[in-house]
Amino acid sequence: MNISISSRPLHDWDALVQADRAHRILYTDPAVFQEEMTKIFGAVWVYLGHESQIPKNDDFIATKLGLRPVILLRDSAGRLRALYNRCTHRGSTVCRAASGSAKAFQCPYHGWTFHNSGRLAGVPWPDGYACDFKDDKFNLAQVSRVESYRGFIFGTLNPEMPTLKEYLGEAARPLDDWIDRNPGGRITVCGANRLKYRGNWKLAYDNSCDGYHVVFSHRSLLEMENRLEKDPNKGMSYYKSKPDEAPMYCRCYGRGHHLKDKRPNVEKRAGALWEIEGAHPGKERYEAKLRERFGKEADRWLDLASSEPINLTIFPNLLILGNHIQVLEPVSVDETDTVWYGTAIVDGPDIPPGVAEDINALRLRTQEGFPTFGEVDDLTNFEEIQKGLAAQEDEWIYMHRGMDIPGRITTDERGIVTGPATDEVFMRLYIHHWKELMKSNPVLSVKRTP
Amino acid sequence: MSYVDDAFYRDLAAEFTDWQSGDRRLLDPALLESCRGILHLEARLLDEGRFEDWLALFADECLFWVPGSPGGDPKREIAVSFDDRRQLEGRIYRLRTGHAWSQVPQSRTSRIIGSVEAFRAGNEAVCMVRSSFLITELRGGETRTFAGWNAHRLARAGNGWKILVKQINLIDCDQNLRNPSLLL
Repeated sequence: MNISISSRPLHDWDALVQADRAHRILYTDPAVFQEEMTKIFGAVWVYLGHESQIPKNDDFIATKLGLRPVILLRDSAGRLRALYNRCTHRGSTVCRAASGSAKAFQCPYHGWTFHNSGRLAGVPWPDGYACDFKDDKFNLAQVSRVESYRGFIFGTLNPEMPTLKEYLGEAARPLDDWIDRNPGGRITVCGANRLKYRGNWKLAYDNSCDGYHVVFSHRSLLEMENRLEKDPNKGMSYYKSKPDEAPMYCRCYGRGHHLKDKRPNVEKRAGALWEIEGAHPGKERYEAKLRERFGKEADRWLDLASSEPINLTIFPNLLILGNHIQVLEPVSVDETDTVWYGTAIVDGPDIPPGVAEDINALRLRTQEGFPTFGEVDDLTNFEEIQKGLAAQEDEWIYMHRGMDIPGRITTDERGIVTGPATDEVFMRLYIHHWKELMKSNPVLSVKRTP
Repeated sequence: MSYVDDAFYRDLAAEFTDWQSGDRRLLDPALLESCRGILHLEARLLDEGRFEDWLALFADECLFWVPGSPGGDPKREIAVSFDDRRQLEGRIYRLRTGHAWSQVPQSRTSRIIGSVEAFRAGNEAVCMVRSSFLITELRGGETRTFAGWNAHRLARAGNGWKILVKQINLIDCDQNLRNPSLLL
């Protein structure tokens, strides 16, 4: 069953997205938002969840694909699926728990029951129906394509999308780096800092690779982190003097994916990350415990409790920052949920017994720092942008930092664009990709045959 | 220097498990009144923005804890807040910089504390107190509320109490919170 979208353009997108600026209505028009929920949150690969959230058969979490309520699960046969959380009878959600384990979902309204493959198991008193309930139209709809890349599960309704691996393209490399820094390449999601703001989802996306805002928006966090230190170089302090000239860089991979790589700011040796980590609860005691056991070798483990200095952004809703998996969930044109999932390392043959528990005791606390003392200030600034954009005659948002400066931004033979971490080149590239998507007319489809 | 270690987490888990049982309730009116006293003082100092005076109510080795899910285990799960003393000092330091945009302008708050009950906590020098709270906040022209219940672990200090642990149980702790930057 296909869902057709009107082929008449909502707006003249070329007039609204120009080389150096974007029009305010991209952020304020409910009709633009509605169209984004199909042409973007539906038509490209959208991040749905991490496999560690549904480790066993029959495990599920409630999530969303754009505005569609979805049950992401591992069915009784072990297959990953994203079922629409919508009874085929009258439309009620069939699952009301945030997570759990279930072989079947029974609609609380009239008792229609569905296997976790999506297939209708039965309806109460079927003698009252003349139809054939074996017809697939009575099965739960499900996201037609669900794929996982090393634990990261994505879904799309667009049969024209390339494979997930192809969609990620060269952005898969920094994702691999991020995964492989953890022992055995394994992480598990361990709760989240859940935040929301009154602003358009793209305000967070615009910020995802922005090295320009840090010393201003996060001034209080930088001052807090460095208040105790003789050597005032904790946390993100490498932004402080001339961030344009720092070795960190921004890289754009196409399809709206980009990376702010701050790793070159930090010495490439064990213990360098831990040395710049702030004063989080448990810091000295757990370090002492690990040093007693491993001496200098403890550095490589302590680095795993430290924030990995990258911001990797996979269009449209997955942001890997530090040790977080941040997910953007648009709610309406001016409301967005932003969930900062924490990650923990996992015991295994690549790590001595007991180390994961000690590192995670630290790593949970280091991860609470930024959402609590940094992100809240960004979200306030996003809300204030949304307020500012109410000024109708003042139409433009500028994103031209770094533009037209010879030699500043380079493009390699694969089309990968690299510039200073403080440039807005990533914004220009992603919003032009966004524009092409908004011009497109994808034919989305759900699946009914499990 | 942080004092948070395995023993700290172990003790915390023990102290915050099954403590609200009927047979542990303390009914002495004078004791209840003194518990209410520190809770009311705490609420007033926060409403007045006297954060340094508020911090002085805490013991040297204290914890300011907002679980991220009901009953959330802080060793297995991200918390909304899990501040030892140093981080709690940092939290106030940040608010005082004048550049913590989520608190510029600062929230105006009005707190109501009620349903106070006290419970025995192993020895005479310590007790556990449960109270309900309703915080009404005005910021940026909008009025909103934070609701839930607090667990205070209090230690006797002279004629009064010091706060060892303040556990703040927001009813919406596992939901998306909008600007939770005020001091709860």
